[in-house]
Amino acid sequence: MMKDKKQNENSGKILSWIDARFPYSETMREHITEYYASKNFNIWYVFGVLAMVVLVIQLLTGIFLTMNYKPSSAEAFSSVEYIMRDVEWGWLIRYMHSTGASFFFVVVYLHMFRAMLYGSYKKPRELIWIIGMLIFIVLMAEAFAGYLLPWGQMSYWGAQVIISIFGAIPFVGEALVEIIRGDYSISDITLNRFFALHVIALPLALIALIFVHIVALHEVGSNNPDGIEIKDHKNEDGIPVDGVAFHPYHTSKDLVAIIAFLMIFSVVVFFAPDMGGYFLEYANFEKANPSATPEHIAPVWYFTPYYAILRAVPDKLGGAIAMGLSVLLPLFLPWLDRSKVKSIRYRGWIYKTSLSLFVISFISLGVLGVLPADGIYVSMARFFGILYFAFFLLMPYYSAIDKTKPVPSRVT
Amino acid sequence: MKINKYILIILAMICSFNSGIYAATQKTLEKANNDSGDVSSLQRGARNFMNYCSGCHSAEYIRYDVIGEDLGITQSQLKKYLMFNAQQSFDTINTSMEMEDAAGWFGQAPPDLSLMARAKSTDYVYTFLKSFYIDSSSPTGVDNSILAGTSMPNVLWELQGHQEYINDESGSERLEITIPGKMSEEDFNSFLRDTVNFLEYISEPIKNERQALGVKVLIFLAFFLVLAYLLKKEIWKEVK
Repeated sequence: MMKDKKQNENSGKILSWIDARFPYSETMREHITEYYASKNFNIWYVFGVLAMVVLVIQLLTGIFLTMNYKPSSAEAFSSVEYIMRDVEWGWLIRYMHSTGASFFFVVVYLHMFRAMLYGSYKKPRELIWIIGMLIFIVLMAEAFAGYLLPWGQMSYWGAQVIISIFGAIPFVGEALVEIIRGDYSISDITLNRFFALHVIALPLALIALIFVHIVALHEVGSNNPDGIEIKDHKNEDGIPVDGVAFHPYHTSKDLVAIIAFLMIFSVVVFFAPDMGGYFLEYANFEKANPSATPEHIAPVWYFTPYYAILRAVPDKLGGAIAMGLSVLLPLFLPWLDRSKVKSIRYRGWIYKTSLSLFVISFISLGVLGVLPADGIYVSMARFFGILYFAFFLLMPYYSAIDKTKPVPSRVT
Repeated sequence: MKINKYILIILAMICSFNSGIYAATQKTLEKANNDSGDVSSLQRGARNFMNYCSGCHSAEYIRYDVIGEDLGITQSQLKKYLMFNAQQSFDTINTSMEMEDAAGWFGQAPPDLSLMARAKSTDYVYTFLKSFYIDSSSPTGVDNSILAGTSMPNVLWELQGHQEYINDESGSERLEITIPGKMSEEDFNSFLRDTVNFLEYISEPIKNERQALGVKVLIFLAFFLVLAYLLKKEIWKEVK
């Protein structure tokens, strides 16, 4: 007892010494122990924290991969096999990283879909959404740069196809492509700069943006499945009555989700690391060969919806613009959505139908992006592409006329 | 309930996605049906590989001592039966043929086989190896129905015999053994199965260990999940 008391006194002294120099206790209170979020979060609310978990997995495994990887066209492919075979636990580190890349997109897509379900992008959370979209775009660049590094056939030819899209831009296109590649074709130089982007520039941008994303979130507070502001109902202490502290309530809930997620993640890492050719494409087990084009070039699954849109447009420039727009359009959701309510729970049938059609078209485009672009598949890609764009472009009309239900004042 | 509907839609789409791609991209391949846990099959495959493949094909990412350790082959057995042109057991499998010469002789250098089974699938390699047929117009005297115009000669003719390409009136195309080899069709198929099994093994030597570790990791996480769930329940008890 005596000893405990003395220890407490000592740690109290250390804490006040730190707090006089750095806002430690204040930060902990504001963001952890006294950050209140709605008590009615459902499963859709775990994907933000899961994205953080995947980020940490990618950073840690990435550091160890970098220790053994050689960013040169002569050695890259062999060095990956060296990691897989000769480096202690290298195979596990590499599979975690490659699986993590795909899972990053799984959780980020679900995280974004959550925002669409419950109107989390609407006022006052427009900036959180925009920063989130920037994170998504940087993540795409990060994944794309990383995919070149194993220097397999699909790394090489996938990069060739995607970079050449920039060539469609009038006047400056070809020059831009050369600047990106640093060469007249994908080469050792391209590999080196993509390595630099993948391990330094883009992760830094990613971390900075994620930090800002969370700061903005904590400023306005988290949304909830009812889409109402819990800050409108506070008790005498100024605490939202429908909120519970991030720690220990949400942390204990998130821990369950994190472990469940790690179990699914482990099933892939240990039992299906190539996931039937979707997470690790089979053609990528062949070393890049600039003189042999693979029969069928398909980007990794997380890019395929946009790739399908690119191919659905007969004109190269038109396709590039459509693809760019399909990535950027969600950025404008806060202003495209004219509904008075946030959550899908209180919206009418028009929005529910539109969102369902959007989900169907997004997934269908993803499937079509893997399939060869011929015959019926092109027509289907056009059909679903039009649905995809219609969801966003017609939103100002249908969201405004959609009948809404009365929103409760307290969470349900 | 609404959320469940969305999950169901997503799951249904994912399922159709999986079957879709395979139907669209796979040729009609025979199933290799190899068993990566069958060590004696892998040992026979190693023998087949060293005797019939390694003269031309390297496997530059696999070391002899790794094979020895994984397949229960002692150092002296390795040296006696498998290491035909290697000095040290930590060497990788290389061929004594200069790749430049090989490219001149065959039109292109024989590809490295370390990852072939993973890149092309075991079914592909299995079917490829039994799909050679006599074609007098080809410099090697054979062509292949899976990879037309292949520069690989039929190195297994002695075992399989010679096949001819039959395209009869009824329109059914098939390969038929016209000159029998040393092995019956059944024996030859199991010879190929062992070889392909070994090729799959060298494409990812860690596979069996990976799966064994996976079981342990999942058991640990399942236990941890129960604890975390109980903790969550305890903490949330007071939240109304």
